[in-house]
Amino acid sequence: MNNRNLKQYIGITATRVITIISILFLITFLVFIFSKGWKVISFSFLFESPREGMTKGGIFPAIIGTLYLTMLSITFAFPIGVLCAVYLSEYAKPKWLINIIRMAINTLAGVPSIVFGLFGLAVFVGMFKFGVSVLSGALTLGVLILPIIINASEEAIKTVPNDFREAAYSLGATKRQTIMKVVLPTAMPSILTGAIISVGRAAGETAPILFTAATFYTRKLPQSLSDEVMALPYHIYALMTEGTHPDAQIPIAYGTAIVLLLLVLSINAVAIIVRYRIRRQRKW
Amino acid sequence: MYNKTNIIKEKLFHFIALFSALCAIIFLSGIIISLFKEGYLIFKEVGVFHFLFGKSWYPSQDPSEFGILSLLIGSIVVTVLALIISIPLGISSAIYIAELAKPKEKEILKPFIELLASIPSVIYGLFGVVFLAPIMMKLFNLSIGLNAFTASIILGLMVVPIISSISEDAISSVPKSLREAAFALGANKWETIIRVVLPAAKSGIISSIILGFGRAIGETMVVLMVAGNAACIPKSIFNPVRPMTSAIAAEMGEAAVGSSHYNALFGIAIVLFVITFISNIITEQVRKRIRTK
Repeated sequence: MNNRNLKQYIGITATRVITIISILFLITFLVFIFSKGWKVISFSFLFESPREGMTKGGIFPAIIGTLYLTMLSITFAFPIGVLCAVYLSEYAKPKWLINIIRMAINTLAGVPSIVFGLFGLAVFVGMFKFGVSVLSGALTLGVLILPIIINASEEAIKTVPNDFREAAYSLGATKRQTIMKVVLPTAMPSILTGAIISVGRAAGETAPILFTAATFYTRKLPQSLSDEVMALPYHIYALMTEGTHPDAQIPIAYGTAIVLLLLVLSINAVAIIVRYRIRRQRKW
Repeated sequence: MYNKTNIIKEKLFHFIALFSALCAIIFLSGIIISLFKEGYLIFKEVGVFHFLFGKSWYPSQDPSEFGILSLLIGSIVVTVLALIISIPLGISSAIYIAELAKPKEKEILKPFIELLASIPSVIYGLFGVVFLAPIMMKLFNLSIGLNAFTASIILGLMVVPIISSISEDAISSVPKSLREAAFALGANKWETIIRVVLPAAKSGIISSIILGFGRAIGETMVVLMVAGNAACIPKSIFNPVRPMTSAIAAEMGEAAVGSSHYNALFGIAIVLFVITFISNIITEQVRKRIRTK
């Protein structure tokens, strides 16, 4: 083996080994969480309320709380996000305004989640007087996922060929009709993929709901938008840091982690599968 | 088609879309205004310089001290260590997936990495507390497993998928003709990767690293659970630290609305916002350079 081939051999092997190490790390992580938590999972764990100071019982209120928060946040962010993307790609005027909007979106996407939490605390909890509630938390999460939805929708709208628009115009359709009847329906599967991914993101976020929505313990399910809720990610954190019986609480934290992990992973797996399907099916 | 109701509908739709687009600006301004409205008082009270570089953080004592140097250093130490771990891992796996993996492997690895990027940080935090911290204690003979180094390993692991997937996109989008030209000149595969493909994908790789930086410095739950939460300047990487994000998360619950402590926590959020804002602008510039190329 000459010098160059030896270098190539070493280089490629090193890359392969490092990749395998990082994958192994991550697999260890998943295996650990699952091996610790699966014993806890049972029907009653999923569908009962916590009992005896969080040491027994299930996590049903936290599951429901997370569903409420994510569904409400996506209902709020989806229309705004899609219409924003429509404006950016279809109207796209005036240029200076578009540039500012783009910069705002990029900046929003990079804001740390705890800063969103403080924003929610100051604006939704404080200024609008929604209090610590489902509504405040969902709005905060909605603002957090807005950039994801906008970017995904814009990408999706961009892939709609111009021929489609021109065909619609030549049939006498107006701009609004073209957007509503041609562009958006064509782009919708990809837009939905983005929306699904953002649901996964909203479900797993803890920091934004710390001061806006989450509570460690309520027996009852949320009755209205102004109730505090339990939520899966916050529940894990609280079980690890609060309460007085860590030995009894940690297994529940593992179980909650599995439920959250499965929820988020399956949401994302759906999105990934849908995306690959769309890529394969696209004919234009 | 162009009757009166249709014209109104057109205008209305245009207006609603415009308003939705403006929402991005409205929310961003909302964030900036609310942070500064609640946070500027602390700068007035203790001064910007003293706030940033004051060594003691005793928010609830009397007299209280609001210097965030120890928190700032905590954030920087944890973030830099995390990047030292995640950059080689992330870029190597990106090279492997984009250039070396067989199509079958690639089909599995790519979605796997994407899935990992979506795991909630609180679960990484849980893993750090119950799995890694005890191991670190034994391995380095420490009295506390929850420290800056443990936190940065977890944080590094979390950032690997981000760096890897964005770098992989950048490497994959290097035109095939460049590789073929290198092969035609007699370069072997490794030389082509190192001398041709990576330099061509440089901007994308750099922006993946900056994005990873932004993610690491803004991450809350992992450092809150794993970094040990001691608000003092660390003497070694095995000391517990309290990064800025975890200071906000841990203390906001006890700070009374409108108190100096409350304002100081918003002040920290301003610092965080400014740091991520600057790193965003740098990423933007790098991306623009790619586009103009």
